[in-house]
Amino acid sequence: MSEANFAFVATSEKPQLPPPQGTTGAVGWMRENLFSSPLNIILTLLSAYAVFSTVPGIFNWAFVNSVWNATSLDECRAMTQDGACWAVIRERYPQFLFGFYPSELYWRPILAFVLLGVALVPALWDGMPKRGAALMASMTFPFVAFWLIWGGFGLEPVSSTQLGGLLLTMIIGVSGISFSLPIGIILALSRSSNLPIVKSLAVMFIEFIRGVPLITLLFTAHVLLNYFLPKGVNFDIVLRVVIMVTLFASAYMAEVIRGGLAALPKGQYEAADALGLGYWQNMRLIILPQALKISIPGIVNTFIGLFKDTTLVLIIGLMDPLGLVAPTLADQRWNGIFVELYAFIAFMFFIFCFAMSRYSMYLERKLHTGHR
Amino acid sequence: MSVSTVPADTSFQFSQLWRDARYRSYTIQILALVVALSVAMMLVMNAVENLKELGKDFSFSFLFEPAGYDIGQMLVEYSSASAHWKAALVGLLNTLLVAFLACVTATIIGVFVGVLRLSNNWVVSRLMAVYIEGVRNVPLLLQILAWYAVFIHVFPAPKLAVKSPVIEGAVYATNRGFYIPGLTFEGSYQVVVATLIASIIGMVVFRRWAHQRQEATGQILAVGWISLGILVLPTFLVYFASGMPIGLDYPVAGKFNLKGGVKIGTPLVALWFALSIYSAAFVAEIVRAGIMAISKGQTEAAYALGLRPRRTMSLIVLPQSLRIIIPPMISNYLNITKNSSLAIAVGYMDLTGTLGGITLNQTGREMECMLLLMATYLLISLSISAVMNAYNESVKLKGR
Repeated sequence: MSEANFAFVATSEKPQLPPPQGTTGAVGWMRENLFSSPLNIILTLLSAYAVFSTVPGIFNWAFVNSVWNATSLDECRAMTQDGACWAVIRERYPQFLFGFYPSELYWRPILAFVLLGVALVPALWDGMPKRGAALMASMTFPFVAFWLIWGGFGLEPVSSTQLGGLLLTMIIGVSGISFSLPIGIILALSRSSNLPIVKSLAVMFIEFIRGVPLITLLFTAHVLLNYFLPKGVNFDIVLRVVIMVTLFASAYMAEVIRGGLAALPKGQYEAADALGLGYWQNMRLIILPQALKISIPGIVNTFIGLFKDTTLVLIIGLMDPLGLVAPTLADQRWNGIFVELYAFIAFMFFIFCFAMSRYSMYLERKLHTGHR
Repeated sequence: MSVSTVPADTSFQFSQLWRDARYRSYTIQILALVVALSVAMMLVMNAVENLKELGKDFSFSFLFEPAGYDIGQMLVEYSSASAHWKAALVGLLNTLLVAFLACVTATIIGVFVGVLRLSNNWVVSRLMAVYIEGVRNVPLLLQILAWYAVFIHVFPAPKLAVKSPVIEGAVYATNRGFYIPGLTFEGSYQVVVATLIASIIGMVVFRRWAHQRQEATGQILAVGWISLGILVLPTFLVYFASGMPIGLDYPVAGKFNLKGGVKIGTPLVALWFALSIYSAAFVAEIVRAGIMAISKGQTEAAYALGLRPRRTMSLIVLPQSLRIIIPPMISNYLNITKNSSLAIAVGYMDLTGTLGGITLNQTGREMECMLLLMATYLLISLSISAVMNAYNESVKLKGR
């Protein structure tokens, strides 16, 4: 057969036609993602309306029309009718940060905050040189922080009733987070062990704690704990709250980690046994690294929950940021300024909790090794 | 190669208690038991001694003394002359009321948000993500207090109550709460109620029968319309036949306050609102995870079998994702119930506010009140988990 028998033969590949107009670029994206069906069009228009009717208003309220310099709400309202009166935050931010901590001693909690940041570096950055030694150094942070905040041993002592604001939230949150993880691991191991007595003790503890609201535990710490302690022994109220919050979080932590332990294939346990490892080596080298990795989202969710739950201490009369709202509103000058206060505190908590959840996502991605 | 000539010592040695796997588990357990028991003993002994020191006894007789305080929102008859146990009962019912209301609304909002979050509409999906992240990362207590403040400041005093625009005067909004029409029962209303209950039972029986028929023959009835008919028609007929025995009691604006109708106090509304909006974000995430967990192959296989999208959803996807959705959903309901104890911050008289609050303060019986309070919550939690475990058992994949 020769080429001459055919009317037309393509000797080279034809260039590809461009995709039909309206399926690529901004227009195509919009057609596919925003206007693909009547329902979608309605939804898009509704949400666009919702966004445009609220966002500019909130933006104007919070930034454009807001007042930063004023000494009372009336003064603010005289300056602007529809703007936020951030002057109250400007005036009271030391309180929201440190509660009623003596102002000449602010350097101590600030130093503790800075040291917390330093101590967290080896825990969060795994490529750090000499990480082991740095971690050991981080272990001393709780003692240093305790000494800095409460004083004693050469520093002027500060009583727990003067603690408040973000400082109190951080004290309860950070100690709760750092103690609830190890206790939770031990509880989870006990609950999934095959020792019947240890197991039932762990089950009773976990189910009891998970069955009651945190607030009843805080009430117990507040009004009841003295009955259960020997005469003359008296815990500081902040310490009692920290203990209760830690116990509460560790029961939830235990369940999260137990989920991770149960999700591991049985072969992992059997292989570790076959290697002749003892129980603790088995757990430390084979099981826990994998189980903890699976349970990271749950663990961080528990951390976030714990951090949010620290606000409950206002019900037993401690002055966390939320607890400081009532005294601020009781001030004649700032009576009725609740929106700005709640917005500020909500923003503060949002920053911390959102950061934690993003970090957990990053960790999940980093540790995702293909198999579970 | 040398062979050990030392004969194995077979006699029991003390170190075997923790060196030998045969005995070690007993050692550990006995130690744990001894420690646990001695801690418990110490706590109880201390409590007994401290109570004696303070001249207090341990008895629940205070429950039968008059409470002496009023409660704003109640579901059963209660006055300040009623006993403390009655106050606790009112509190318990209030806890269950707000928990139930919040569970229902949180589920409805949450399912909508969860489905919209998965929508391929970019704007809607982003908007829902903002809602979920914004609500989940802010403490619930703050949200409750903020909503309470909003409700108090936005709505006017009862004198200037805002009337509902749709049915003039059916609903009044004030800063003390909302007034909605109540139901009045007169004449032979029992017949209507009995008919309603009978039609609900009838509907359930019909649905079960229709399902069995479909499994056996493959024929599908218009189950939705027929069950709606069974539910509504008989009750409707009986209602008019017996002369409309159930009526509406509208709230009436008085000079200073409103009379009649049912009052839903601002604390209840704020708590309900905040709990619903907060928990809906969690429900949305549960629903999203449940739907995403069903592999696309299931949907495609159903299409290949010739099922329409709606039937694919109801017969293939939903039954499978419900198995994933329901357990976390139930523990979410449990969380709502426990979170409702934050009511005390806005003065809604739930179980914590009555038994753990005013009753505790008035009688000074901290030990008894806290024990009862915790035991009640524990009972609620354990019964909900029992339901959950039974459900899990019934839907567990067999033979996996």
